[in-house]
Order: sequence, then structure tokens, then C-alpha cells
Amino acid sequence: MAEFWTGYALPTLIMLAQIIGVMAVVLLSMAYLTYAERKVIGFMQLRMGPNVVGPFGLLQPFADALKLMIKETVLPTGANRGVFLIAPVLTFSLALVGWAVIPFNEGWVIADINVGILYLFAISSLGVYGIIMAGWASNSKYAFLGALRSAAQMVSYEVSIGFVIVTVLLVAGSLNLSDIVRAQETVWFFIPLFPMFVIFVVSALAETNRAPFDLPEAEAELVTGYNVEYSSMAFALFFLGEYISMILMSAMTVILFLGGWLPPFAIAPFTWIPGVVWFALKIAMILFVFLWVRATLPRYRYDQLMRLGWKVFLPFSLLWVVLTAGVLVAFDWLPA
Amino acid sequence: MIIQALAFYLFAAVAVASGAMVISARNPVHSVLYLILTFFNAAGLFVLLGAEFLAMIMVVVYVGAVAVLFLFVVMMLDINFAEMRSGFLQYLPIGAAIGLVLLAELVLIFGSWVISSEATAVAVSPTPPLSEMSNTEALGRLIYTDFIYLFQAAGLVLLVAMIGAIVLTLRRRDGVKRQVISNQLDRRAADVIEVKKVPTGSGA
Repeated sequence: MAEFWTGYALPTLIMLAQIIGVMAVVLLSMAYLTYAERKVIGFMQLRMGPNVVGPFGLLQPFADALKLMIKETVLPTGANRGVFLIAPVLTFSLALVGWAVIPFNEGWVIADINVGILYLFAISSLGVYGIIMAGWASNSKYAFLGALRSAAQMVSYEVSIGFVIVTVLLVAGSLNLSDIVRAQETVWFFIPLFPMFVIFVVSALAETNRAPFDLPEAEAELVTGYNVEYSSMAFALFFLGEYISMILMSAMTVILFLGGWLPPFAIAPFTWIPGVVWFALKIAMILFVFLWVRATLPRYRYDQLMRLGWKVFLPFSLLWVVLTAGVLVAFDWLPA
Repeated sequence: MIIQALAFYLFAAVAVASGAMVISARNPVHSVLYLILTFFNAAGLFVLLGAEFLAMIMVVVYVGAVAVLFLFVVMMLDINFAEMRSGFLQYLPIGAAIGLVLLAELVLIFGSWVISSEATAVAVSPTPPLSEMSNTEALGRLIYTDFIYLFQAAGLVLLVAMIGAIVLTLRRRDGVKRQVISNQLDRRAADVIEVKKVPTGSGA
């Protein structure tokens, strides 16, 4: 019995507590990301943004959540019920499971697996299923067109994200996310690999269907695309999933290029601040760029989007992989 | 240990069940979705075997890319499912007969198959144990160092297949307007816009 307690029950309980902790933080950040988005875009457009519910409108996300929860869930008559209901659940849970391997600080990680970066890549490439299933099951042409666009777009940009990841792990010499962060103690990778950093951020925008690549949900032509038939909590799950995967992609950018939990300089005033704060600050910075881009740039045309992915990013990132590998071998800089 | 065994039976049972659903589901889109579930459970089995790199690659390649394209194509097909199913019972005996013949052939061949002891020795431990080297590194050594020529040859075969597919499907049509981005970026306002001052009363 004692063996059962220490061998199985206790580790399971600790892991459950960790999972609940991470989920709570992620969901809260997601709620305030929607608030930040409305405030930031509001200020950029000389408006106030939400300012009525609570001080400075700080309770607005909760008001929105409550509103969505008490609304009625509508199932369209021609919808394929099972797939229609699974799609939002899948989107939401895929957005959450990626957090299992994210190191928030030295040793602060739920599952420190050897192939962490591949796991993240796999999870982010699965995100397309929620969208394509929703679009097909809705039995609506707008939703279907949105889903097709989204599928093509995500598959295209994944290829260049894959090559960016290959360069990073060539330089870091490991697929473990904590090791990748530790490899950046001398210099953060966005300095030697700056072009790849730019490609990664742009591809992250495309992968999460954010402006200027938000063609799957182009309001003007597809009336928000794949989620047009969804209402209440089903819609809320898509919304949550989309924003959580935005935060996840930002966390991935921070880990791969901006040194994760490491302070910018390893000297006194910077090292006093705990690593998790640095990590959160860097994520917030990348998220601000996401919002800034949305407020600034017009939407791409679809063929231009595909051209950028296949004819510009793919050859360039391929070239950079070869170049990086060549330099590492030529100067004997390969990590042991 | 017991948890591992439970996980194995869970993954294996779901994999077999969803594999059966792939061929018996009425709707082809459901078939593809069950196929994806099967891939996923296969990846789970790889993780249980300690082959985490293979598991992740399985998810990235099969689930993340190949199955998306499957789904894409199957969703676009316009098939009358009832009509497609109508001849099922009629063709069942022939299909079953062909299956049985193939099974009998396989049994006959494998029954008389002798595998050389060297091959089994290599197959038993192709990589150093996990305690010495992570299996990502071990696989990398095998593919890119020990068997690099075979790997390159396989790559060439795929390349030829790809070029063949492009050659077969490529056709040039006349009269299609194409966007040339560099030409567009080359344009300067001075080349295309002319500002004229028109005196009052003389424009028309």
C-alpha cells in the first residue's frame, strides 16, 4: 500500500496540481490577452477600448465569458453532429496540451521530454484539424471555404517553421527545450540567426491565422469563415483555442530565439528578477507585436500568401539551413 | 509496470477498433478521421516502446501533413455514398476469395523463409542502448553516417517520382495573366503618373 502511495498516487497528484496550475495561468493570460488586444488596438486607432466593466474595463473578459456561457448552443440542421461538436473541443485541448513541455524557468516544466521541440511542432501542426472539421461539419459554404483556406495555409507555413526549427537545433545541439534555452547563455539565437527569427515570427502569424494572414476568417468575404455556424460555448472554445495557441507560439519564439527564462545580461540587477518573470515579459513583448501587426497591416491576398510561403520563405530557409550547417562544420563549432 | 501495460492495451485496442472503423464507416470523411486516430495510437505505441523520435515524426508527417491532404481531397469528392455501397454484398465473395488466396500465399512463403543469423543479429540491436545515447542521436548516426548512400538513393528515387508527377501534370496555357512581383516593385510613380496643370476653361 505504501508503495502504491509513493510510487503511483503521489506523483499523479503532484502532476495533476502542476497541470491545473499551468492551465489556470494560461487561461487567465488568455482572458487578459483579449482585453490587451482591444485596448492596444483601441489606442492605436485613437479610441478608448473597453472601459465600462470594472476599473479601466478590467473585468471585461469575464463579462464576455459569462455572456458566451449563458447563450444557447445552436446545431445547424444539416450539420454532421458528432464532428461538429468534437471540432471545438479538439481545438481547445490541442492548444492546451502544448504547454506540457514548455519550460517556464530552470526546471519548471511538467514533462521534460527529449524531443520537446518536435512535440510542440507536432501539436501545432494538429491545430488544423479543429478548423477543417468545423468547416466541413457545419455544412455551410462559407465555413467550408474558410476551412480549406486555413488547411492550405497552415500546411504551407509549417514547412518553413520546420526548417527554422532545424537551424535552431543544429546550433543548440539538442531537441530538449530546456537544453535549447541553456545553449543561449552566451548569446540569444535571434542575433546569429536573425533572418530565421523574422521568418519564424511571420510564419507564427500565418500558423495562428492572425492578421495579416487571417484569410480563413476574412469577415468581408467569408463572414468569419470556419466558425460562422458556431454559437455560445462552442464558439468560445474556438476563440480560447486560437488565443492560447497565439500565446503558445509566442512562448515557442521566446524559447527558440529570445533565451527563454534567461535575463538579457547575466549581471546583478538583471539576475535579481526571477526567470519566470523574464519569460513572461518576453512573451508579452512578442504578443504585443502580434497585436501591433493586426492594427497596422491590411490583409494579404490569398495567392500572395501562398507565394510568400512556398516561393520566398521555403527556399530561403532551406538555404539558411545549409549555410548554418556549413558554417558550423567549417569552423568546428558544432555543439558536442 | 502495470500502468505501462494498461496504456499499451488502451492504445492497441483503440488502434485496432479505429482501424476497423476506417473500412466500415459509411462516410469517407469519417473513415479518414478514424485513420488519423489510428495513426495517433500507433504514435502512442511508439512512445511506450521508448522510440519517442519515431512517435513524433509519425504525428508530424502522417497526421500533420499526409492525412490533412487526404481529408482535403475526400471532402471535395462528390460521391453518392448509398450507390457506392449498393454492390457491397454482391462483390463480397470475390473480395473474400482474393483475400484468402493472398493470405495462403503469404503463409506458404513465410513458412519456408530462412533468415540469416547475421541479419537477425543486426536487427536485434541496431542501436546502442538508451542509457548510452538518446534514440534521436542513434537514429541520426544510423541514417546519416552508417547508411548515408542508401539514404541518398532513397531520396533520389523520391525526387525522380516528384519530377515525374510535375512533368505529367504541368501544362502551359496561353492568355493567362501572371503577377510578376519584381516588375510591380520596379514601378515608380514618375514612370506611370503624369501631373498636368489644366488652365480654367480649357479642360474637356
